[in-house]
Amino acid sequence: MTLRDAWPVLAFGLVAALLPAFVTAGTLLNFAIFTLILCLAAQGWNILGGYGGQYSFGHAAFFGTGAYCAGILQVRYGVNPYVTFLAGIALAAAVGAVIGFLSFRSGLRGSYFALVTLAFAEVFRVLANAVPFTGGAAGLLIPLDARPVNFQFGERGSFYLIVLALVVLALLLTRALERSRLGAQLVAVRENEEAARALGVDALRVKLAAITLSAGITGAAGGLYAQYFLYVDSTIAYGTWISVEALLAPIIGGAGTVFGPVVGAIVLHSLAEATRSLVGRIPGIDLVIYGIVLILVVRFPPRRLPALIRARWRR
Amino acid sequence: MSTMLQVQGVSMRFGGLLAVADASFEVAEGSITGLIGPNGAGKTTLFAIVSGFQKPSSGQVLWRGEDITGRKPHLLARQGLSRTFQIVQPFAGLSVRENIAVGAFLRHKRRAEAIAVAERVAEQVGLTAELDKPAAALTVSGRKRVELGKALATGPRLLLLDEVLAGLNPSEVRDIVPVVRGIRDSGVTVLMIEHVMQAVMNLCDRVHVLAQGRIIANGTPAQVVANPAVVEAYLGHGAATRLAGRADA
Repeated sequence: MTLRDAWPVLAFGLVAALLPAFVTAGTLLNFAIFTLILCLAAQGWNILGGYGGQYSFGHAAFFGTGAYCAGILQVRYGVNPYVTFLAGIALAAAVGAVIGFLSFRSGLRGSYFALVTLAFAEVFRVLANAVPFTGGAAGLLIPLDARPVNFQFGERGSFYLIVLALVVLALLLTRALERSRLGAQLVAVRENEEAARALGVDALRVKLAAITLSAGITGAAGGLYAQYFLYVDSTIAYGTWISVEALLAPIIGGAGTVFGPVVGAIVLHSLAEATRSLVGRIPGIDLVIYGIVLILVVRFPPRRLPALIRARWRR
Repeated sequence: MSTMLQVQGVSMRFGGLLAVADASFEVAEGSITGLIGPNGAGKTTLFAIVSGFQKPSSGQVLWRGEDITGRKPHLLARQGLSRTFQIVQPFAGLSVRENIAVGAFLRHKRRAEAIAVAERVAEQVGLTAELDKPAAALTVSGRKRVELGKALATGPRLLLLDEVLAGLNPSEVRDIVPVVRGIRDSGVTVLMIEHVMQAVMNLCDRVHVLAQGRIIANGTPAQVVANPAVVEAYLGHGAATRLAGRADA
């Protein structure tokens, strides 16, 4: 990958890095951090779903594994949070490889693959809720000790920059994938698996590589979530909400594009925040409006935005 | 000329249907070999077996003497055996350049090299002007060329062409015949299933005729079309004698 390939990502990173210099309001930074964590989870989904065409409905399995791994290793074994964060990524990637191996080897595609991933995530959620090791239904509280060595910061700005750096890294990784042999083969498998195999593409290996990478990135999002909110329970970590978030953002913003998940996550969450603050008086009405707008956005997707970016940034 | 591909006593059974029955034939290195036969004769099934997409019920496929029966398609492609599909299978969302590059990536890891190979192959199959178009936007003839280009970009030793001329008009056929001959002249052996007899007569060194799953004749194109068994396989029982009778009268 050359600088020419990478500059839009770097430009995005630089502009976004200026935010804490202008904004000090806690709620806004809070919102930005949460949105960026979702960007990361969505970018993970985008690699498998957007580029590989394998629509997972259970990315919670990876998000939750990253979150729980970070939490449990810290709380129960006193491991340094930076180490637990990396361990969470590795474990999530391994879970991805196992789920991928089991489902791709048996030739599951399309809605069957979606259902199997959903089932895996649900099994994880039920298990995490039941065993004492994970804190059970009460969840797992990471003790507050705001020192940088603990991956906890007194002010939100520093955490924001770390999350942003990881998002930029994921974007660069995606861009590099797009330009690589693996990326070309992955897209070929998405477009037509039989034809790809005839051209020497080992479809199983390519899909396994994709789900492993995808799971690792979404696992990183989980680890960041745990580290920021200092609390994990089974509905947060393995809940359906994050599976939906992870797939909704790329689909709305443009699946199979580098910036799709970022655009989607920002649009979705600005929308959610806006409806919440505009009509706060009747309980639940914001969700109704959010739901209606969501239906409209899915029905009339803002495809022109990613398409415009892509047209300017082809080669 | 040495033998590149040998099919020995291959049978394929789908439930009660015997699609291919004890078929044997050979493809000599450097040749263009034709596989013809009426609709439903089992040609495409035989191709699927040779290219590893299906495992035969019995029999063997040999590649330069080595048994490759049932080996996975991507491994065969790596060995130098590449195929096209009768129903074209473009990567619809990708440009022509990217389509062909998928094939080129097999032997070139770097994107720049793969793209360069793709552009060279595109020139060979006459697609230079369409490189940036999405594959889905091409005419039938263009898609057939993409199909050919993708397979060719994998750098095959043996190319299996499944009806690349079907659905083309006579002038398009005339345009693509020299392309196939050019591929052979560049050192790639070709095995083609074809219905367009004009092209078969023109191109093939040797032809095998498949009817109801069995190889019923082989020889040069001229020998094969004069063979009464072949005429009957296409036109029905007794057709050869009736035709001969009319010629006499």
